[in-house]
Amino acid sequence: MSLVVDSIAKNFERFPALNGVSLTVPQGAFLALVGPSGSGKTTLLRILGGLEFPDSGAVHFADLNWLEVPARQRRAGFVFQQYALFKHMTVEKNIAFGLNVRPRHERPAKKEIARRVEELLALVQLDGLGKRYPNQLSGGQRQRVALARALAIEPRMLLLDEPFGALDAKVRKELRVWLRALHEKMGITTVFVTHDQEEAFALADLVAIMNAGRIEQYGTPADVRRSPKTPFVAEFLETGPQQHAGVPLLRGLNGH
Amino acid sequence: MKRRYPTQDHPALRVLLTVIAFGVIGLFLLMPLATVFSEALSKGLGAALDALKEPDARSAIWLTLMVAAIAVPLNAVFGVAASWAIAKFDFRGKQFLTTLIDLPFSISPVVSGLIYVLIFGLQGWFGESLRDANIKIIFALPGIVLATVFVTFPFVARELIPLMVDQGRDEEEAATSLGASGWQTFLRVTLPNIKWGLLYGVLLCNARAMGEFGAVSVVSGHIRGLTNTMPLHVEVLYNDYQYVGAFTIASVLALLAIVTLVLKSLLEWHFADEIAATHRH
Repeated sequence: MSLVVDSIAKNFERFPALNGVSLTVPQGAFLALVGPSGSGKTTLLRILGGLEFPDSGAVHFADLNWLEVPARQRRAGFVFQQYALFKHMTVEKNIAFGLNVRPRHERPAKKEIARRVEELLALVQLDGLGKRYPNQLSGGQRQRVALARALAIEPRMLLLDEPFGALDAKVRKELRVWLRALHEKMGITTVFVTHDQEEAFALADLVAIMNAGRIEQYGTPADVRRSPKTPFVAEFLETGPQQHAGVPLLRGLNGH
Repeated sequence: MKRRYPTQDHPALRVLLTVIAFGVIGLFLLMPLATVFSEALSKGLGAALDALKEPDARSAIWLTLMVAAIAVPLNAVFGVAASWAIAKFDFRGKQFLTTLIDLPFSISPVVSGLIYVLIFGLQGWFGESLRDANIKIIFALPGIVLATVFVTFPFVARELIPLMVDQGRDEEEAATSLGASGWQTFLRVTLPNIKWGLLYGVLLCNARAMGEFGAVSVVSGHIRGLTNTMPLHVEVLYNDYQYVGAFTIASVLALLAIVTLVLKSLLEWHFADEIAATHRH
């Protein structure tokens, strides 16, 4: 039941976003897509989630032609950088959303939904905050609600789009450790997008370093670090992505 | 010396601006409004009430309410559909559609009325086929509704487009990935997020729909007791030197507008917390 991405290509109006990307992720693995902005990593993630469609190529997952499955039937838990919580609903209602929208015959009973919500709140360590609204929570808490909401649908894969991008360095590091522990516990195939190579290497079983719509190198963090295959990867590991944006990185000043 | 906030202006300037604002509002808004009511009551309350009991006046009030009751829901639906399309999808001609939505604001209402006469009138493009089918549009309720819908179309859409563009697609995408259908996403996510903007647009649309004069005047044919809306009836009475009647109907129109405004303020006041919660943090 591994995830197979086979030569995916996608063009936006003027520029190519993905130029034939292929990779295989074993069941239950934690993959990080890492690269500078515009490298196509978010586009690839959105294709996996059914929010975007490639011009060519194929994706197979769980013995399914994944691209043929509509987004709402994929059960791919998607977590957005800006949380995308439903602002007008309490935390409880947010988490229960995916269960409440199921067709009547598949929907769990009200009591069962409430029980699951409680369970998930405990899992993301937000016990007792179920009645709050998203704007009454901190950024780190909001992102944990978003994760609980994605987990509520018993996702077949978890897709995280720079989930910690809007948080400060300290919270980032805490959540990183917590997310890794959660992954060990649940074992859901996870794809994580980040531009922060340190984050990617600390979290993932596998990293795919992307640049200009291609995968420059794909492997375990240890392998990639030991033998970078291209000058781009070597430079990326050396400096982090910030240099590519034209800003030299001063180590120690940036929470590193 | 008293400390001031860096962004605070000189007290004298503040007083001056406040006085000017109140002065302008008083002179150009409140005084005329007060005049309308005082003229209506100039011969006593009885005379004003008698003017309201007159069959032509009743029919004008009834017609106006009916036109608003048809045109406003239509424009609420059109406005939501147009804003949804513009804010949530990318397609060719999006900019053009946005411009078109503003069209009723930029052309004279009389011209928009004339367009409908040209299309549906007896001498118009579809005039003869409509007459053969025994359908009356011009000088009848359908024409008045059409003209009103056209003139008041932008209110809801203009209110919603910036709001929906600002809210982006994230929440809709989240709902989809959680298994919601398009309709569920709209009802449970999009609509609650835009409901205050929608309500505001609907209230403005309603105020204009009841007050529209120019376009309706062209298509209505001014048949007393049949196709005269309240604004048209005001003009007819005024031209007949029936000042009490004219100003009484005008007062009813003004009252409807005031009720609309009060309703809006009450809702905003009552749901202040919720409005704050649904705004972007």
